[in-house]
Amino acid sequence: MQFVQLVISGLAQGCIYGLIALGFVLIYKATETVNFAQGELLMIGGFAGLFAATTLGFPYWAVILVAMAVTAVIGFLNERIILRPILGQSAVAIVMVTIGFGYMARGLVTMIPVIGTDTHSLPVPFRGEVFRFAGLVISAEHIVIITVTILLCGALAALFRYTKIGIAMQAMSQNQLAAYYMGIPVKRLSSLIWAISAAVAAIAGILLAPLTFIHANMGFIGIKAFPAAVIGGFTSLPGAIVGGLIIGVVESLAGFYLMEGFKDAAPFMVVLAMLVLKPNGLFGERLAKKV
Amino acid sequence: MTEPILTLANVEAAYGAVKAIRGVSLSVPKGAIVTVLGANGAGKSTILKTISGILDPQKGSITFKGENIERRDPADIVRRGLSHAPEGREVFPLLSVRNNLLMGAYTRSDKDEVARDIERMERYFPILKERADQDAGLLSGGQQQMLSISRALMSRPDLLLLDEPSLGLSPKLTKEIFAIVRRINREEGVTILLVEQNAALALATADYGYILELGRIVMEDRAAVLAEKDDVKEFYLGQKEAGVRGERRWKKKKMWR
Ligand SMILES: Nc1ncnc2c1ncn2[C@@H]1O[C@H](COP(=O)(O)OP(=O)(O)OP(=O)(O)O)[C@@H](O)[C@H]1O
Ligand SMILES: [Mg+2]
Repeated sequence: MQFVQLVISGLAQGCIYGLIALGFVLIYKATETVNFAQGELLMIGGFAGLFAATTLGFPYWAVILVAMAVTAVIGFLNERIILRPILGQSAVAIVMVTIGFGYMARGLVTMIPVIGTDTHSLPVPFRGEVFRFAGLVISAEHIVIITVTILLCGALAALFRYTKIGIAMQAMSQNQLAAYYMGIPVKRLSSLIWAISAAVAAIAGILLAPLTFIHANMGFIGIKAFPAAVIGGFTSLPGAIVGGLIIGVVESLAGFYLMEGFKDAAPFMVVLAMLVLKPNGLFGERLAKKV
Repeated sequence: MTEPILTLANVEAAYGAVKAIRGVSLSVPKGAIVTVLGANGAGKSTILKTISGILDPQKGSITFKGENIERRDPADIVRRGLSHAPEGREVFPLLSVRNNLLMGAYTRSDKDEVARDIERMERYFPILKERADQDAGLLSGGQQQMLSISRALMSRPDLLLLDEPSLGLSPKLTKEIFAIVRRINREEGVTILLVEQNAALALATADYGYILELGRIVMEDRAAVLAEKDDVKEFYLGQKEAGVRGERRWKKKKMWR
């Protein structure tokens, strides 16, 4: 029982990692850049949600929408204003810019007087409730995280598989030059993907809030989501989620059964093992990119 | 000649410091098939890329259907009715064959008509129907070429730029593809600007031809006339003439004037 309980809370935590990893992968596939500020977008989403819930008194579903909208706009502008001008520079330069964006975001948020370095709690309708069945005690927060993640993945899968714009996003990540030849607005779709990734991070932030509270440094969770993306192969969306779940469960079990300290190191040990056994990740694309 | 659908006037384009085409002027009459011949690296693909907006020209003007299109967004140029089937096929390898065709119609919003056009392409190339749900990357080179041409036609272009459709294909398949290119030109009235290594086939297919050397147009004429010129025969059709004259010309190498 204990074991199952740990696995379930690991899966819930893993969903959060998976959602952040999804953002890494989406952006990497579309623009071949790694956005190290995914965690900070999650943090901004958390605060946007906090503002909507406490100051504006919005209901939970509207809180999620506000958080998504605010971060989507920031993600979009981030690509448009900061990243597009330096496109074509070295990968290191671009990565440094995203890291810089993360630092700035954290600094600016801390400078807002009512926020500072305090932790804040997001009011949610299901706070503290638990479900019991078959001897298990599962918190409502975990169930909400898992349910929302499943719904979100379904929505994204439908977007990429069945809509023209989603198929075009796949197309441009496979062969950008050909996408230009087809008249696909590659740049506009890139901005859109940054917006989607940011919105996904915001959802992760709102889902995470009941577990860790909202604070300026909550974005550091992005560092743990990165291994999730690597395990999944860094080019696979399902891989990102599976990678996140693996990290979450390993971390949860290691935290309980192993010595103190193993919990935080576990994700990176999994990645090391992975890179040795299966360098392309679980779902890595073997097909080399042409452009 | 009827009025031109496309005109290039003194177009120059470069890749960084490498000048690829210098002062190219050409015109493509509406409804015609026009070919550009030239050795490897002469700048043929560069001309096509400059027309479709992938590359911005440094100088000169490009007029399509009476409007200037140089330095415009490639998507905008596709919307105006110009489509480019690039050298080397460039399919989307992990999308299904049908979705590749769908991407060719990205700029269109008439869903029913697009579905009908997909069927039309599948009639031209039945293999595209057979493999509709398979990843395009799994098609053979020739099949990918058929997909590439069909995909370019899916935007319903008035002008199709075709870059080396015979690349890597067997002579038989090349003939088949050229037969369909001619049909598309005759039956659907699509004007075609064709770049091709197989000069004999290109001149047999086209109405008019240009010969490009080191980024400059050095000769132009009706295709039938070009096919009879000694220089063309010698350097592009591979029929070196025997005798003193042939010997002398060989020494002269490729110097046009
Ligand atoms: N992407 C590029 N970057 C730099 N130089 C290029 C690039 N593409 C082509 N070039 C150069 O521009 C010149 C013209 O190239 P282009 O591709 O137009 O030739 P082509 O006539 O199409 O040749 P081929 O018959 O081999 O396809 C060549 O000297 C080539 O080296
Ligand atoms: Mg070429």
